[in-house]
Amino acid sequence: MRPGFADPVLDAQAAFRAVMEAMARPGRVLRLAAPPAPPPPLAPAAAAALLALADAETPLWTDAPEEARGWIAFHSGAPLLAAPGEAEFLLATAAMPPLGLLRAGSDEAPQEGATLILQVEALRPGAGWRLSGPGIAEEHRLAVCGLPADFPAQWAANAARFPRGVDLVLAAGDALAAFPRTLRIEEGG
Amino acid sequence: MIRRAILKAIAIPGHQIPFGAREMPLPYGWGTGGIQVTASILGPSDVLKVIDQGADDTTNAVSIRRFFARTAGVATTTRTAEATVIQTRHRIPERPLREDQILVFQVPMPEPLFRLEPRLAETRRLHALADYSLAQVKLYEDIAQQGESASSYNHPVLVNGRYLMSPSPIPGFDNPKLDRNPALLLFGAGREKKIYAVPPYTPVKSLDFDDHPFAPMRAPHPCALCGSTAHYLDEIVTDDRGGRMFVCSDTDACADAAAGAPR
Amino acid sequence: MYVAVKGGEAAIEAAHAWLAAARRGDPAVPELGLAQIEQQLSLAVDRVMAEGSCHDRGLAALAIKQARGDLIEAAFLLRAYRTTLTRFAAAEPLETGRMRVLRRISATYKDLPGGQVLGPTFDYTHRLLDFALAAEGAPPPPPAPEAEASGAPMPRVSEILAEEGLMRREAPGEAAPPPDLTREPLRFPAPRALRLQALARGDEGFLLGLGYSTQRGYGNAHPFVAELRLGEAEVVLHPPELGFPISIGEVTVTECQMVNQFAGAGDAPPQFTRGYGLALGHCERKAMAMALVDRALLARELGEEVAAPAQDEEFVLLHADNVEATGFVEHLKLPHHVDFQSELEKLRSIRARFEAERAAPRAEAAE
Repeated sequence: MRPGFADPVLDAQAAFRAVMEAMARPGRVLRLAAPPAPPPPLAPAAAAALLALADAETPLWTDAPEEARGWIAFHSGAPLLAAPGEAEFLLATAAMPPLGLLRAGSDEAPQEGATLILQVEALRPGAGWRLSGPGIAEEHRLAVCGLPADFPAQWAANAARFPRGVDLVLAAGDALAAFPRTLRIEEGG
Repeated sequence: MIRRAILKAIAIPGHQIPFGAREMPLPYGWGTGGIQVTASILGPSDVLKVIDQGADDTTNAVSIRRFFARTAGVATTTRTAEATVIQTRHRIPERPLREDQILVFQVPMPEPLFRLEPRLAETRRLHALADYSLAQVKLYEDIAQQGESASSYNHPVLVNGRYLMSPSPIPGFDNPKLDRNPALLLFGAGREKKIYAVPPYTPVKSLDFDDHPFAPMRAPHPCALCGSTAHYLDEIVTDDRGGRMFVCSDTDACADAAAGAPR
Repeated sequence: MYVAVKGGEAAIEAAHAWLAAARRGDPAVPELGLAQIEQQLSLAVDRVMAEGSCHDRGLAALAIKQARGDLIEAAFLLRAYRTTLTRFAAAEPLETGRMRVLRRISATYKDLPGGQVLGPTFDYTHRLLDFALAAEGAPPPPPAPEAEASGAPMPRVSEILAEEGLMRREAPGEAAPPPDLTREPLRFPAPRALRLQALARGDEGFLLGLGYSTQRGYGNAHPFVAELRLGEAEVVLHPPELGFPISIGEVTVTECQMVNQFAGAGDAPPQFTRGYGLALGHCERKAMAMALVDRALLARELGEEVAAPAQDEEFVLLHADNVEATGFVEHLKLPHHVDFQSELEKLRSIRARFEAERAAPRAEAAE
């Protein structure tokens, strides 16, 4: 079994701060200094975000294959679920599960909406989509490679049910960005 | 668990997230929520500032700063400009905050409607419906009866046009600083077991009416120490014959202004 | 020139030194040992364990010593300590029906299987100050007379009533693990398991007042003590890796079951209902008050009108915790001069408008 965080306390803190910063400034790309080296196909940034946030109290769904699942279960302690619709945390290494099928919380408890950690091919700041909303002064630009073609439509539907909704952490290699449900996406021009 | 609550709080600006607050070595009501939030974000490269009533040297600020210096070994400062994390009770620093700073508020009563509706099951429903008529009617009655809002501190704000939020008992003077602040604002209520947040640059509007716009107040005097006419002032009783003096509540901003430092 | 309150740090150090000296009191008087507190102030120890939610008599005694006998402060110390402990496992539910009984009384039957066991109680003492206790160094009291325990089972009174079909059957615990108040916040409506957890660590005085109010018409209770028992209950652990349950020791608990009439509603026939109280240690007053309040809080589930304070679960549960309550009440000691200043300015502004408006009509009349 590959190790998790080299320093479980400090590395988890650093990973959490990166995710928090990403969530507070949507579309900004952050690089993790000391992510773990998880088994493939897990991206280091995705693994770091997961270990910083999930534990025995967070039902988790993942599409990762056997060895990676074992690594996640061992290092996070999170119970693994078969159905994505029940999960509090999700880690998708291949296809994005449709956002509309995930837990969205209720109007009284929107915080029960799921957090989806999604591995993508690349995160390129400064180009692509125009992002606006809380956390963004004017606009952030971000190009994301590896999302489904209908992602903007799925995202718009996710935003339309606010305060219910799903929040996204995008991971590529040792970099991550986040899309809170308040984020508005416009096609770049 | 606190970290997960913080992320959801950022994703749903102004919405109170319940969390399993624990007993801390400090009493409930003395900053346990702020301490738990600060402890969950603080890292080795952070520099922590703790203020109470705007000042670094008030006893509770001293006590909390000592707690973190001892238990987390974190660097501390009294200089707003040098801090990366500022835990505060009842004030927002005068010096404008930056993107690389996080302000953590200690919150006694996170529910902005609690004086109008003490039942949490009911206020949770009202937030779900974005039904803030109770607060609007109260404000209307205040204005009708006494010409202005009766609340001078902890005046409720609407966050990103959706959630009514308690800004914690900051004076109304500080409310405008919440609006589109470059810093991340986190709020921790330990006894009430709630966390909420205002992400950077988020619109925050004090509850008011178009014909009675929210009016922040400060004592109409210069600071006796630094001469500032812009800082919020503490009123100090100097004798028993009506003698008063006014000094900045933000001790760091006061020292800066007295030294003629550029703001 | 006034200088802002400096030297907070020095003041705090000095206050702590003074506190330590005040705690010790006159050094000519021998220092109190933890064993003395544990043995001779045992009911204080029990109360601190109950409200501190931590069964450890030695730690509770230490907390009492450190808190100078302030039992709420001691409960707080114990709670803050227990938060730092790792949770290894959850025990099986205590089988209080099988406890080693030290005291067991029923007010509903003159006699019953297992009998009435009076035990160590103040109940029939005459409350006269015993000046003999003031004379220190007296020999210990002679041993109390002993008899062989009957060994007969002591069935629960509630079971006796249930066999006759007169006691409301409570739904057995759900398959899901009960909610855990120490890890998740209270939520409303609160399931009974969560309510009982909150009451079990709730302030004895607060519950006493509320329970008392239900007897005086605020909640329409007609309670009988079906059974009050004090004893040692076995703590059983079922480690999955072992595959079988093991006993890891005993804890002293006080349990109270109250029966109450219920008029019936809908399909439910008229029957007795149960109010339940359980506290760590010997805490009869607490267990009884808890049972009264538990029954009052059943109002919503039974379809009774919720009108009295003791029936209002948000009111009861959110205000029963003395560590929370004392923190928030006492936090008013902290500086509030910034908010007070804004109140001053606000009142001055409103007063100026008030005076101006009062003067205006007079000015008009004079014209």
